[in-house]
Amino acid sequence: MSSGQPIVKFTSVTKAWQRGSGGLQKVSFAAQKGEFLFLTGPSGAGKSTILKLCYMDELPTAGDVRVSGLSALGATRTEISKLRRTLGIVFQDFRLLEDRTAWANVAFALEVTGTHGRAIPARVQKVLERVGLGAKMQSLPNELSGGEQQRVAIARALVNDPFVLLADEPTGNLDDRASRAVFQLLRDINASGTAVMMATHDLDLVRSSGLRSIELNKGALVFDSSEAPLPEREH
Amino acid sequence: MRLALREVWTAFRRAPGLGVLSVFTIAFSLFAFGLFGLVAYNTRIALERLEERVEIRAYVTEGTEAEAVAAAVGDIRAFPEVASVTYVSPDDALKKARTEMAEFQDVFEPEFLPASLEVRLRAGMRDPVQVKTVATRLGGYSFVDDVRYGEEWVQKFYTMRRAATVAGIVLGIAFALAAMIIIGSTIRTSVLARSREIGIMRLVGATDGFIRAPFLIDGLLKGFIGGGLAVGLMWMTRTALTVTVFKFEFFPPPVLLAAVLVGAVIGLLGSSLSVGRQLKRV
Repeated sequence: MSSGQPIVKFTSVTKAWQRGSGGLQKVSFAAQKGEFLFLTGPSGAGKSTILKLCYMDELPTAGDVRVSGLSALGATRTEISKLRRTLGIVFQDFRLLEDRTAWANVAFALEVTGTHGRAIPARVQKVLERVGLGAKMQSLPNELSGGEQQRVAIARALVNDPFVLLADEPTGNLDDRASRAVFQLLRDINASGTAVMMATHDLDLVRSSGLRSIELNKGALVFDSSEAPLPEREH
Repeated sequence: MRLALREVWTAFRRAPGLGVLSVFTIAFSLFAFGLFGLVAYNTRIALERLEERVEIRAYVTEGTEAEAVAAAVGDIRAFPEVASVTYVSPDDALKKARTEMAEFQDVFEPEFLPASLEVRLRAGMRDPVQVKTVATRLGGYSFVDDVRYGEEWVQKFYTMRRAATVAGIVLGIAFALAAMIIIGSTIRTSVLARSREIGIMRLVGATDGFIRAPFLIDGLLKGFIGGGLAVGLMWMTRTALTVTVFKFEFFPPPVLLAAVLVGAVIGLLGSSLSVGRQLKRV
């Protein structure tokens, strides 16, 4: 990817669901390399849809999504798999394998993408230490708090050195303190050069961060703070 | 490959009950189908043995020259349907009658029974039409007094055989379908139990082939073990029946090997279809 080229680019993207509700309407925006971008808006506004389109779990009904140069138009399943190896994805519900330790959950992401076995232990240890779980590597998810489980999920997302971390309400299931800690971790990750796109309901967090945000409402992009300051509005 | 095998083992360790249930479902489904097959196989053997008893007897007019009969025997042997022709002299007929019906042996006098030609037909050429054709041709010889072949018996036998064949095919298809549906559902359940794992694999960038591999190995192994168990169960059942009822023939080794392979293939296909369906969703 050449510098200056956006890592994610939505061009007049419409996503219509068969059931008729939700989706996106002609959304256009771009995210730059190393950027931290919030996606805000009420439930059903289309935040998760944007993230799903980024990792091509969904494909646009009209318009185009380009991620790291790969266009969603005509992308093959293999190309999508390869793209996902360069992305980190984090969910509100963590999506960990409950019967495997924190270590095994992270190693799993390396194993299934064909990383050489001997390189795995060092990389897993390093990333778990980076998210502050060096002492809990052998814990099962149900032995960890919500915040710690989300850290395991973030470690799993980071272990393949992604160029962008896609986080769908990563603090949605956490208490205030754990939320702030996870957000700080995401900021640290961003500071080291990885772009972050984070969907959130937490407008206070967005405002206090001073970072770029785009707001969605009923599938339409209604505000982009890179073009104007964030307005005072209630959700 | 090593990772795929490890995933198979991990999945089994996580839910051993489900794994064992899958193997036993495959085993018992194939066992039910195999039992039907065993009955059908033994019925076929019994019918073949019965069919071998189809014979035509041409009674020779008293006083016929031996040379004329010998020449005719040569002719008849050349008929395409004929497997063997045996000349039964009045003395031979008498001995046979006295042996088979010992209680009436005083009734049979020398020259009481006529000489005859005992004609047996080749396998596959013993249907009522062909039997009748040969009987008619035998009746055409001047020295033949009468031709008997149990026309009614042959007719009934072939009707019964046709009914058994049709019933065998219909029941066989029904049993095979039932087995495939049951096995398919079981495998689908075990794939569904791992849908979360499949979803995570897709999200971290595993290719479809990589995700499929452990499931295919799993299905293949379960099918193979299930097929082997089914063969074992059939052998035990056949042994028990042979001891308690009557001698049952068992399938020859190639059929047994095929049964195990069929189990493995069903397991493989079932897994492939189920995981394919699951992959379309994530």
